[in-house]
Amino acid sequence: MKQFRETKKNSIDRGNDERSVRKKRNYTFIKGCVITGIILTLTLIGFFYTPYDPEKMDASSKLAGISLTHIMGCDNFGRDIFSRVLKGCSTTLAVAGGTVFIGTFFGLLIGAFTGYFSGMIDEILMRIMDALFAFPSLLLALVFVSLLGSGKYQVIIALGIAFIPSFSRIVRSEYMRNRKLDYVKSARLAGASHLRIMFVHILPNIRRVLLASVMIGFNNAVLAEAGLTYLGIGVQPPDASLGEMLSSAQTYLFSAPWYALGTGFTIILMILGFSLMAEGLQQN
Amino acid sequence: MRYAGKKMISMLVTLLVVSFLVFLAFAVIPGDPAVAKLGIQATPERLAALREQMGLNRPFMERYITWVLDVCRGDFGISYSYGTPVSDIVLEKIPITLCLTGMSFLMMAALAIPLGIYTAKHEGGRPDRIILMVNQIFMAVPPFFAGILITYLFGLLFHWFQPGAFVSYEVSMGKFLHYLIFPSLAIAIPKAAMTVKLLRSALLEELKKDYVRTAYSKGNHKNAVLYRHVLKNAMIPVITFLAMTLTDIVAGSVIMEQVFSIPGLGRILITSISNRDYPVVEAIIILLAAIVVVVNLLSDLLCRGIDPRIGRSE
Repeated sequence: MKQFRETKKNSIDRGNDERSVRKKRNYTFIKGCVITGIILTLTLIGFFYTPYDPEKMDASSKLAGISLTHIMGCDNFGRDIFSRVLKGCSTTLAVAGGTVFIGTFFGLLIGAFTGYFSGMIDEILMRIMDALFAFPSLLLALVFVSLLGSGKYQVIIALGIAFIPSFSRIVRSEYMRNRKLDYVKSARLAGASHLRIMFVHILPNIRRVLLASVMIGFNNAVLAEAGLTYLGIGVQPPDASLGEMLSSAQTYLFSAPWYALGTGFTIILMILGFSLMAEGLQQN
Repeated sequence: MRYAGKKMISMLVTLLVVSFLVFLAFAVIPGDPAVAKLGIQATPERLAALREQMGLNRPFMERYITWVLDVCRGDFGISYSYGTPVSDIVLEKIPITLCLTGMSFLMMAALAIPLGIYTAKHEGGRPDRIILMVNQIFMAVPPFFAGILITYLFGLLFHWFQPGAFVSYEVSMGKFLHYLIFPSLAIAIPKAAMTVKLLRSALLEELKKDYVRTAYSKGNHKNAVLYRHVLKNAMIPVITFLAMTLTDIVAGSVIMEQVFSIPGLGRILITSISNRDYPVVEAIIILLAAIVVVVNLLSDLLCRGIDPRIGRSE
C-alpha cells in the first residue's frame, strides 16, 4: 500500500512541480561539466606550462613523495608526475577525440543510410556490423593494432574502426524510428530530397541520443586507450600517456604508491566527468 | 524450436563472417610470414621453399577454405615462434581464462543482483542514494586500475595473497582458485556497478506499469509483487546486458591477466601480437569470438524462455 501511495505521489509531483524535477536532473549534467571542465583546463594549461619539464630526469628526487615542490611526487626517473599527468591527459584526450571522431563520422554515415533506406545492403552491412558488435571493442582494437602496429595514430585508427559498429547501430535504429514519423513524410511531400531529409531534418532530431552516445564512446575510448597502452601495444614512448605511466607505476607500487594512485585517479576523474554528462543528457 | 534453429544459423553465419574477416585481415597486411619465421638473412630459395610448404602461394579463397576446414577439425596450424601446434598452446591456457571469467561473472552477479533489487525497492532512500553515488564512481574505474588497487590493498598492505605468485591448477587447485579471487574481484567490481544501475532502472521502469497496481490492488504483499511479477519482466534487458558483460569480461581478462601476471589466453595473445605470430592470434580471436557468440545465443534463448513473445513477430 505504501508503495502504491508513493507512486501516486510521484506522479502528482511530476505534473505540478515540473521545475524542481528539471533542476534536480540538471545537477548530474552540471557535475559532469565541472569535472570535465577541470580536466580540460588542466590539459590546456599543460600545453603551455608545466611546473617541471615532463621529460627532465632528476636522480636526486627519484620516487620522491608528495610534497610542496612535487604535488604528485616523482617517478622512478625523478620526473615530476604532475607534469607528466598533464601531458598524458592531452595524449589520452587527443586519442579519445580522434577515435570518437572516426567512429561517429563513419557510424553516422553508415547508420543514416542503412536506417533510412533499408534494403538488401542494409541487411548485409548490419550482418557484418552484428558480427563485429558481438566482439568486445577492446578485442577488435587488439586485432587492428596487431595489423597496423602500435603508436598514437595507429591506436586512433584501430579504436576508431572498432567503434564504428556500435555508433552505426545506434544511429540506424534512430533513423528507422524517425523515418516513419509524420514530419519526414511531410518533408518528402514538400519536395525535400532524401539527403536533405536525412541530414537537415532527421539529424537535429536525434542530436541528444547522438551526443550521449558520443560521450559514452569517449569514455570507452579513454578506457581502451589506457588499456592498450598499459599492455604495451598502444601509444609508445616518448608520448607520455596515462596507461603507460600506470604500467610502470605498478612496478613501484610498494615503494611509491602515490605514483599509481595519482595517475589512476586522473583517469577516473576524466571518465567520471564524461559519464555524468552523458547521464545528464539522457535523463533530460 | 524454430526460433532456436534460426538463432543457431545466425550464430554460425556470424562466426563464419568473423573468421573470414580475421583471415582476410591477416592475409592483406604487409609482412611475409616466411620472413618472420626465418629471419631477414634467409636465402631467397629457402624462403620460396618455406612459402610453398606453408601454402602461401595458393589463392586466397583456397587457403581460407582449407584453414576453416582445419579449424573445424581442431587444427589451428603451427605457431611461428614456438614451432608447436597452436591447439596445444591454446588448450593448455583455456581452463585458466575460463576459470577467471567464470569466477568474475559469479562475483559480479552475486554483488549486483541483490544490490540492484535493494536500491530499486528503497528508491530515494539514503542507502539508495549512497549506493548510487558509490556506483557512479566505481563505474569510472578502469579495470586494470582496479586490479592495481586490489594488488596494493590486498597484496601489499594486508598480505592476503602474493602478487605475481600464480600457481597453476595442475599444481594445486586450492592455491590456483585463491589467487584468482583477486583478479576476479577487480574485474567484477566495475562491471557490478554498471549492472546495479541497469537492474535498478529496469525494475523502476517496470514498477510504474499498470499490472503492478493491479497486483497491489489484489492484496499482494510488496515482496510478492516485486519477486513474482516485476523481477521476471525486468529480467529481459538485464539478461541481455549480462550477456554483453560476460563477453566484456572475456575481453577484460586479457588485461587483468597482464596485471596479475596470470599465464592465460590473454597473455599469449599479447605476446603473439608483439611477435607477429599470426596463427596463434587467429586461433585465440576465433576462440574468443566463439565464446562471445555462444553466450549471446544462450542469452537470446533464455530471454525467449522467459518471455515467449520474443521473436514471434519476426
